[in-house]
Amino acid sequence: MTALESSEPSTTAPRVDLEHVARSLRTRLRDDQVRDSATLRNLYRHDASNMSERAGIVCFPESTADVQECVQVAAELNVPFMARGSGTGLAGGAVPPRDAIVISTTKMNEIISVDEVNRIAWVEPGVLNLDLSKQIAHLGVHFAPDPSSQQTCSIGGNVANNSGGPHCLADGVTNAHIHAIEVVLPDGSVTVLGGEEPEPDGLDLRGVFVGSEGMFGVATKICVRLMQNPPEVATLLMDFGSVAEGANLVSDIIAAGIVPAAVEMMDQLCLIAVEEFIHAGLPIDQAAALLIEVVGPPAGVAADVEQICRLAAARNVGDIRVAADDAERALLWKGRKSAFGAIANIMPNYYLHDTVVPRNKLAGVLEQIYEIIDRHDLRVLNVFHAGDGNLHPLILFDGSIEGVSERVHAAGKEIVRASVDAGGVLSGEHGIGLEKRDLMPLMFSETDLAAQADLRRAFDPQLISNPDKVLPDPATCGEIHSAPEGAWI
Amino acid sequence: MDLSGMDLSGMDLSGMDLSVEDFAAQVGSTGDVCVAGLGTRATPIEGVRLVHAPIGVEWIEPAEMTICCGAGTPVDDVDAALAEQGQQVAIPSGGTIGGALAVGRSGIRRLAYGAMRDSLLQAHYVNAAGKVVKAGGPTVKNVSGFDLCRLLVGSRGTLGFIGDVILRTRPKAAFEQWFTSDRDPWELLTGLFRPTSVLWDGATTWVLLEGDERDVADMAERFDLVVVASGPDLPTGGRWSMPPAELPSLRVAVPGSFIAEIGVGVVHHSRPRPDRSADAAQASVHARIKAEFDPVGRLNPGLDVLTAR
Repeated sequence: MTALESSEPSTTAPRVDLEHVARSLRTRLRDDQVRDSATLRNLYRHDASNMSERAGIVCFPESTADVQECVQVAAELNVPFMARGSGTGLAGGAVPPRDAIVISTTKMNEIISVDEVNRIAWVEPGVLNLDLSKQIAHLGVHFAPDPSSQQTCSIGGNVANNSGGPHCLADGVTNAHIHAIEVVLPDGSVTVLGGEEPEPDGLDLRGVFVGSEGMFGVATKICVRLMQNPPEVATLLMDFGSVAEGANLVSDIIAAGIVPAAVEMMDQLCLIAVEEFIHAGLPIDQAAALLIEVVGPPAGVAADVEQICRLAAARNVGDIRVAADDAERALLWKGRKSAFGAIANIMPNYYLHDTVVPRNKLAGVLEQIYEIIDRHDLRVLNVFHAGDGNLHPLILFDGSIEGVSERVHAAGKEIVRASVDAGGVLSGEHGIGLEKRDLMPLMFSETDLAAQADLRRAFDPQLISNPDKVLPDPATCGEIHSAPEGAWI
Repeated sequence: MDLSGMDLSGMDLSGMDLSVEDFAAQVGSTGDVCVAGLGTRATPIEGVRLVHAPIGVEWIEPAEMTICCGAGTPVDDVDAALAEQGQQVAIPSGGTIGGALAVGRSGIRRLAYGAMRDSLLQAHYVNAAGKVVKAGGPTVKNVSGFDLCRLLVGSRGTLGFIGDVILRTRPKAAFEQWFTSDRDPWELLTGLFRPTSVLWDGATTWVLLEGDERDVADMAERFDLVVVASGPDLPTGGRWSMPPAELPSLRVAVPGSFIAEIGVGVVHHSRPRPDRSADAAQASVHARIKAEFDPVGRLNPGLDVLTAR
């Protein structure tokens, strides 16, 4: 629990008769699959965001049929339900609606089948992202989306949030890697959206289900696309005397027709924090560093590396460190991926943001971020997917200082506005959830939001599948309101 | 969009011939209406008032790898404008951008480029009430709200008429070459590194490789590929969609009667695709979406996306 956690429930849903719900669920599932102890309900009241609500009953289905039973009970009793994977979401998407049936997919964690020739696998939603890639590594393939939480996040959660990760620059985010999804729709029916075949009939319901944050039903089986492991990998760490020069190199690289597998940026405070943590010899005296990875057949990789280095020279690059082997490559990536853990060395609390700006606006928006943070007397550490223009400013603070949370909220809101004003969007990979629900009007008109609400109603006429997320209350739509109490703005 | 610092030489940035708002006024809010492009992929509905989406390229951002254009813009015009920047879109040539998106079929490079639907980042479309709606956002990465762009691709104008779009582009490869081989196509699919296309007619395999010329030559040598000028002509009798794992079942078909996209599952066939039916749950969601988006059924009336070919 951090200093900014909300203590007050944020919804005004009607009271649910939990005993009745539990009894109904127990007629359909085993007793040990239906849990309503205070301890467990407390455990499932939040995800990895700073918001929380009261969970009703927590169910542990082991099959599609079990999930269907849970959803049918919810539909019959007209109570909300919410699927939950590993609970690593950062935008409150897996904060339960008040007294909801929480459908945990943790016991649905089998890799059902792998076809390494056509590079397709069927998995259950509770399979952890990194586990899948580890277990199929010997087949020369991997699952491309690699969020920083990949050791613990589930593929069902990746589908719900259309998750990204450093290596989505060249290969695309989760939506591009999902062929089909078996789902339990909010009315309790089961169907398969999309298919192993390339052109299923009808609308792309698979495509709209991905990223719907659990509001269109529950994924029970997922057919993923697997990618060939590259024959050659080059990993470069480049340092720069100014953040702007590093940021501008990103645009130079893309404009030159090179799409690296990943382009990540760490600013000086991040480099310092990470270096204390992993001792990798990072350039802590420089303003910023770019971690660039190029993959493919050898001649193409060599040509791209040469051109990137030429472009970097024109942006006054300092040292260029090329990972000599897999061990050094792993160390550099460990530096990038352990940034969040390393922050504890600087400040007790942090607030992670997620916005996207056009790549050619990165330098300007970063400058604005530093200015905003200075003005609010805070500190910020930037570590992000520069190749996609996907910013992740971490605002650092000490929650024990009085009045700090107001400053953190205010600064966060300004950062989101600056990103949208620069032609960017509210979220690149964390989703809207509760966190940015009331900021949606910054990007969408009342008509735009009504269309999204129409789509949601078509999937869920009863509005019981993870309600209260993503879409602002229509009654207040059209105005920008404060985010829900405790939200990470 | 800030155009400063861009090389605009030779680029036609005269913009769209019609604003999306004017297009919306043409669509109006009452009466049946249908939309058509160049009639390449589908023909206008007989006896129904016809509208055409805006035509023209608004802007190209090479460093952003994005292009904004009217939905009525010919794909070939977009290709020509992007080629000057060394870029392309993963949309099959011919017809209009809006038509290609509305039908939702990818080209034969899908194996490497991914599905065409992923090209669409943002669209302004005209809804059944004649209002302009924005779907998606301008950046290559965006999870802000429900993904209406994916809903529009393949919806054949039954939920809204696309006015303008922002598309994700990709660099053109430094080098590309078609080859043939008498090897098993699945051996090539697994052995080659990310081939752009692997096509098979039951006897011969065609392979398209892209990248650095030295890498392409190296792969060709290792797999005894024979250089050819182009890929095969595709039969046009029917476009079948099969799970890629089921493509070996075509071995019993008459060689030459089909060209299959190995690793993808599209089969260009000399015969029409067999009919099939949707399950009840999906049909029900389709009906509810149509009812929400176009309650009186005025947009492309009578067209059913579940049975459309």
